[in-house]
Amino acid sequence: MKAGVIRFAGSNCDFDAYNVLKDVFKFKTDFLWHKENIKEKYDIIILPGGFSYGDYLRPGAIARFSKVMEDVQKHLLQGRLIIGICNGFQILCEAQMLPGVLMRNKNMKFICSKQNLKVENSELSKKIGKNIINMPIAHADGNYFADNNVLEKLSEQNRIILKYSDQNGNTDRIYNPNGSSNNIAGIMNESKNVFGTMPHPERACDDFNSINDGKLFLESIFELYGRF
Amino acid sequence: MNNSADYIKMGLTHSEWQLITKKLGRIPNRTETGIISVMWSEHCSYKNSRIHLKRFPVKGDCILQGPGENAGIVDFGDDIAITFKIESHNHPSAVEPYEGAATGVGGILRDIFTMGARPIAVMDSLRFGNMDNPKNRHIFEGVISGISGYGNCVGIPTVGGETYFDECYNENPLVNVLACGVMKKNDIRKGIAQGKDNPVYIVGSSTGRDGIHGATFASDELSDNSIDDRSSVQAGDPFGEKMVMEACLELYKYDYIIGIQDMGAAGITCSTFEMSHRGNAGMEIELSLVPQRELNMDSYDIMLSESQERMLVVVKPEYEKEFIEIFQKWDVHVEKIGKVIDEKIVKVFHNGKLEACLPVDFVVDGFPVYNREYKIPEYIKNINSKNNFINILEGDFSESFKKMLGSPNIISKKNIWTQYDYEVGLRTIVKPGKADASVLKLKESSKLVALSTDCNSRYCYINPFIGAERAVLESARNIICTGGKPLAITDGLNFGNPMDAEVFWQFKYCIDGIINACENLNTPVTGGNVSFYNQNKNKAIYPTPIIGMLGIVDKIENIKTLEFSKGKKIGMLGKSDNNIGGSEFLKVIYQKVLGPLTNIDWDYEKKLNNFILENLKMFSSLHDVSDGGLAIALFESAYYGKTGIKVNIETDNNIEKTMFSETSGRVIFCADNENFESLRKLSQTKNIPFTELGICEGDNFKINNFEFNMKEISKIFERGIL
Repeated sequence: MKAGVIRFAGSNCDFDAYNVLKDVFKFKTDFLWHKENIKEKYDIIILPGGFSYGDYLRPGAIARFSKVMEDVQKHLLQGRLIIGICNGFQILCEAQMLPGVLMRNKNMKFICSKQNLKVENSELSKKIGKNIINMPIAHADGNYFADNNVLEKLSEQNRIILKYSDQNGNTDRIYNPNGSSNNIAGIMNESKNVFGTMPHPERACDDFNSINDGKLFLESIFELYGRF
Repeated sequence: MNNSADYIKMGLTHSEWQLITKKLGRIPNRTETGIISVMWSEHCSYKNSRIHLKRFPVKGDCILQGPGENAGIVDFGDDIAITFKIESHNHPSAVEPYEGAATGVGGILRDIFTMGARPIAVMDSLRFGNMDNPKNRHIFEGVISGISGYGNCVGIPTVGGETYFDECYNENPLVNVLACGVMKKNDIRKGIAQGKDNPVYIVGSSTGRDGIHGATFASDELSDNSIDDRSSVQAGDPFGEKMVMEACLELYKYDYIIGIQDMGAAGITCSTFEMSHRGNAGMEIELSLVPQRELNMDSYDIMLSESQERMLVVVKPEYEKEFIEIFQKWDVHVEKIGKVIDEKIVKVFHNGKLEACLPVDFVVDGFPVYNREYKIPEYIKNINSKNNFINILEGDFSESFKKMLGSPNIISKKNIWTQYDYEVGLRTIVKPGKADASVLKLKESSKLVALSTDCNSRYCYINPFIGAERAVLESARNIICTGGKPLAITDGLNFGNPMDAEVFWQFKYCIDGIINACENLNTPVTGGNVSFYNQNKNKAIYPTPIIGMLGIVDKIENIKTLEFSKGKKIGMLGKSDNNIGGSEFLKVIYQKVLGPLTNIDWDYEKKLNNFILENLKMFSSLHDVSDGGLAIALFESAYYGKTGIKVNIETDNNIEKTMFSETSGRVIFCADNENFESLRKLSQTKNIPFTELGICEGDNFKINNFEFNMKEISKIFERGIL
């Protein structure tokens, strides 16, 4: 199993993703530099969290023009797994590899906290073995927005993977930290190989604090949707 | 142009001006006067505080670098070194809260990676005025979002700190930021310039007119006109900082450079002169080569600009190419602006014309050191009168307790720290609120870093000596209650105008207190920062010597949090003398700031520290009793442990004094039955007072006959700073 973690200019969860893939999942893991082409084939490519280009203009708006993105597109077409976490999700949306946009949080502030999430996709929740998981969020622009057509399509095609909820899986608006449409926290593309999530699974692989849902979440995605 | 108004405007005194002209044998031009004035500002020279700072204990087995470099360095074993330092950005935050606080974070991070270390954590120690004043609220909001905006973007977690509110900080907030970094011992870098003809490079952001004379501005009192000094406040670019930082960290993998220093206060001036000074050398630089973002900047502007995210580097000539490539990779400006010379002079050219030529040692070290006068303030006697509390009778404990929980200094700070990314880097193993100190794990070692900041300035106002002692003691106790051993401190010394003899008296006695505490705890001072002139409308802030303590936790199993757990017994080590001097209780319930404070019994405090560390395994939780006294400490442990408690305590006929006294030397804990009894016995043999308080059970918070619904009182606590 070979994984690549892209380092954009301003990525700051790059090492975290790298360490988790390497130490927790025992994958052969490389960093991929944003200015270069991807020379090898990777089974998994992670677009990590951070503030690529300082979020200047809009989060992800500049990074999506990075040279490395040409090859991300190629990997996408080959059906390989591409996972965008936080800023990585924003970049994937800006690159139109996933639908919708991520706007400034409703309260206009950065929010860092633990978050209950309902695993909306039934295939995934079955694999994970539970319907509700807990992973941290840390973002200023996590307010997912898409028009009604897109939202309906996402829902019909079972492509919403995570929704903000309470500990019992209620997805009322009051459990929505950032104002996102339909409490959406994570989605996937039609061909089920591109994933975007605002919560940080790599921050939830922590035995000491008994926070391990991120590991379960990633593992399940790898097993269900990876083609290796 | 060299009339007296100029140098006085730049912050030099008449006698300093005379010394300068005499020593140089000529009248310096405007650029030179600017250079000297900023280097001789209190912010850069410590001319008013130096005599006292020299008295600090700075040596210790674990100290690799004491004061004098950009940050102190502590040996962490396993070939690992930890560097840490606290710095203030008070004045900029008063006039431009967002940028002031943001660049405060940026500046201290550069101090850390300048030393060769990767920054791993930031903590902030913040003080604001009353929140009912809209100006203070504006400052508060701006500072929090500035720290959040900058720190989150650079990707260094903000893992803790403290926030206090008091009217003495009205319109003069304190923004002290501590940063900590980790490196291999061999990777330590120094700010040194050596070797004739070695090239001098500037790397990082371009230079603009922002922050010109910022250090001088920071060395004066704030006034109604301070808003006009907004151009003295730097504008931050966290993305630029991130790029410079990553480039520098990549650079450190190789042996390409002689020395490196960040440009903080006094920009190019300070870095060229200080690096030359440390290397016993000089420099020749050409300012037209400095990347600039504004037109028509003259030599004065360029030399005094405090534009952020810049570094000065002396490179080994044989590696220039490789050096340049690293910075180009990270899209960071890298320009050769001059070279090292043997003569101990810095020569500044602009478009080929010599604009400044000054002797290094004189500029760095030639300022007069002042032994400021001090005298005991008028207020000290009354505020410490033994009869102060005669009229404080027992009140309604229920009411008082609820009021205390809602006090801005006690209330949950969750809505502050949720704006900070406290987890990025995956090292933050103890999250905010969970323990008395923050704990970070290291990839490079099995040992863990514990960090704490502390200062109760009300204590320092009442009694600077005891107040400062307690700041050191409590920051150490915080480390101990998290399972760590205190190693060393950094200090952020915030005071009023040092020309005021009464302010200087506070300063002097705070220093004495820090020294005494550090000697007792064997925690040397590794550096820090002095910020004078914190006053507004002629009123000084309370003396606020903020202590940042670094500790070491030997292994992950040793970590203790403050959380109670259901079914366990609650006990207290130490004994209250029911003194309510300086307490939050007195302030919140009676609107009074009164002493006296109880003297610290160092033999006992040390004994307690050792006892806890020796018996760590037996404690299930540990929490220091401090602001708000026993009542608040119990509440916090119950709240974070998600349990109710049932406590019985002897009250000496006044439950308020028992529950709200802030007597030092007390720690509450929970433990299972067996360990509880062992601790009881062991404490007796060591002569440490031991009190059984009760048990963790149910959903109510019960103290003697007073019973509160945990959910209900939690709501008060969770309201946060509105």
